[in-house]
Amino acid sequence: MVRKLSEIVLKPCVLKLQPEILETDILIIGGGTAGCFSALTIAENSKAKVLIAEKAHIKRSGCLAAGVNALNAYINPGETPETYVDYVKKEAAGIVREDLVLSLARKLNQVTQKLEQIGLPILKDDQGNYVARGKRSIKINGESIKPLLAQAVQNQKSVQVLNRVNIIDYIVRDQKVIGAYGFSLEKNIFYVIYAKAVICTTGGAAGLYKPNNPGFSRHKMWYSPFNTGAGYAMGIRAGAEITSLEMRFIALRCKDTIAPTGTIAQGVKARQINSYGREYVDEYQECDQVQDNIEISTVLRLYATVTEKREGRGPCYLRTQGITEDQEQELYKAYLNMAPAQTLKWFEQGRGPRSQNVEIEGTEPYIVGGHSASGYWVDGQRMTTLPGLLAAGDVAGGCPKKYVTGCLAEGEVAALAALRYIGSGSTNKDVRLEPGEIQDKLDAVNQFFRNEQGPYDLDQVEEAMQKVMDEYAGGISAGYIMNRTKLQLAAQLIEELLKISQTLSAENLHELLKIHEIIDRLYVCKVLIAHLEARKETRWLCYQHDADFPAKDDLHWRKYVNSRYENGEVKIVLRELVKRDEIYEHSD
Amino acid sequence: MSIRIDQKLCLSCGRCALVCPGGLIAQDEEKKAFVKYPKDCWGCAACLKECQSGAIRYFLGADLGGKGAYMYTRDEPDFLHWFIVCNGKSHKLTINKRESNKY
Repeated sequence: MVRKLSEIVLKPCVLKLQPEILETDILIIGGGTAGCFSALTIAENSKAKVLIAEKAHIKRSGCLAAGVNALNAYINPGETPETYVDYVKKEAAGIVREDLVLSLARKLNQVTQKLEQIGLPILKDDQGNYVARGKRSIKINGESIKPLLAQAVQNQKSVQVLNRVNIIDYIVRDQKVIGAYGFSLEKNIFYVIYAKAVICTTGGAAGLYKPNNPGFSRHKMWYSPFNTGAGYAMGIRAGAEITSLEMRFIALRCKDTIAPTGTIAQGVKARQINSYGREYVDEYQECDQVQDNIEISTVLRLYATVTEKREGRGPCYLRTQGITEDQEQELYKAYLNMAPAQTLKWFEQGRGPRSQNVEIEGTEPYIVGGHSASGYWVDGQRMTTLPGLLAAGDVAGGCPKKYVTGCLAEGEVAALAALRYIGSGSTNKDVRLEPGEIQDKLDAVNQFFRNEQGPYDLDQVEEAMQKVMDEYAGGISAGYIMNRTKLQLAAQLIEELLKISQTLSAENLHELLKIHEIIDRLYVCKVLIAHLEARKETRWLCYQHDADFPAKDDLHWRKYVNSRYENGEVKIVLRELVKRDEIYEHSD
Repeated sequence: MSIRIDQKLCLSCGRCALVCPGGLIAQDEEKKAFVKYPKDCWGCAACLKECQSGAIRYFLGADLGGKGAYMYTRDEPDFLHWFIVCNGKSHKLTINKRESNKY
């Protein structure tokens, strides 16, 4: 039988990327909060050439695209950097790098001033002092924070920004990082970028778990859905040591819109109530894993809400009924400046927060080093265990509660360390890849264009991954709780999905990006599961709640759970806590 | 959660496609913008603020309680105007960009 040409289904045209080689002094991967501030710091302190590779456009990329509600890491009068460390240590139930937190805490106010200089509106009193929002936070209009940072970067002549370029792996020679591979999302170009030092500021990982809104609004989530753990995954594949992935972060948010609750809770002092109108959080204080805590911890507000709902006393709300008209108007505006869906929701319902309470829920778990301690294991200078590679912001571990200002401060620390590194003579700056090595990597990327469309597409693999993690690795439907039988099932299924991911087919550059984002998330899942299995206690409710070991075990587990990926296996390394005044250097 | 673009109002400037943090907006042969991946929208509203003609409408998916309301913005140097259109009525909320949030 002769088939007509129109009956034969062919891929429209098989794309093929062509290599292009770039060189710079310092490559910054990811032009978000930390990346932009690293670039600014380098430009203001040296003549070094900087290249920012950003997969979107730095004007609105990263976590701050919509804006931010407040600066939540600031040392207000009455507080000190040391009391900030005390607070973070309590919130993290002791598993924290006090040395790293202290170094950031000392810079928080200075980077805040810098933000004001570049144009960020900060509320001041009659004497010109910042108005405290809480003990450690101040009030701002954060809508334009990212365009302001991006403009400051673009004013620097020594900084070149490569927008719409996605970095996929580091170039490593003799254990040192000498650059990275990536591809353009606009032209068929495969980049080989050589640098004397690389700063990774790619952010954390969203989209590992089945989200709150799994259908049409699957990306209406707390963390940026475009932060897909690239930095963690590249580090894992290159054998860098990773810390505390098991300390997941789960936010307490307004239902559906996943908008912040702090603006309501702190702004109009709304209390959390259950469906019977009872204030429930205080009843859970004895469950708190955080010892001697006068303030209610972030995790306890979440755990109490999750438990109320599980036991049939939901929905839970922030009690806003009865606030004044002025307060309602201010809430509308505050949300437009950072999470506009919430304001639209109030109008859509025809009732604002003055006439109805705001329903709240916990999000799916994220891996994010700006809130928890997950990320690269770094020394005091933010050098990872791979010389030449520094990390800052949500991708760097050991230092929870960084928020925006902490990410800026860490960007500065890493930038200054990168300058010292490239001045030290210990770089591999003249080492170059053989053409064959570049071709092998390029072939592996181009293979996704050559793959025939099989039975599984991108959406199916993503859905499968999120279902596995949800059910077997402590997602929303599992009440955030896990055990070893479930984790072992999860590990096996993620391994199978990693194999399937290699067969995915791309028809354009956007699909090539999405394939890499899925592969990166699967690597993060694999290592996350190993971390969850390794910590044999329950250190944090919700974040890491282990049904096999439901109690906190200070005798054995006041330790960091770290890992290195070697020959396809996740090798767990337990490390002793680093002290506040210690100068930590990598030694083994 | 997503946006719709009214191609009759679109000026073909491409600014929305440039800033979308997910790279979800494309342009057709006439450079008119369209949302290529509507389910991948984060709802950050970056594109709205870039649009000079109010062509981009931000709406809640039905799974978030959307019932047909939408919003768009008009940008001025010191002010950002938000227009919320709901049941045929338009509400305007103006943000002074130089003023901080009260909360």
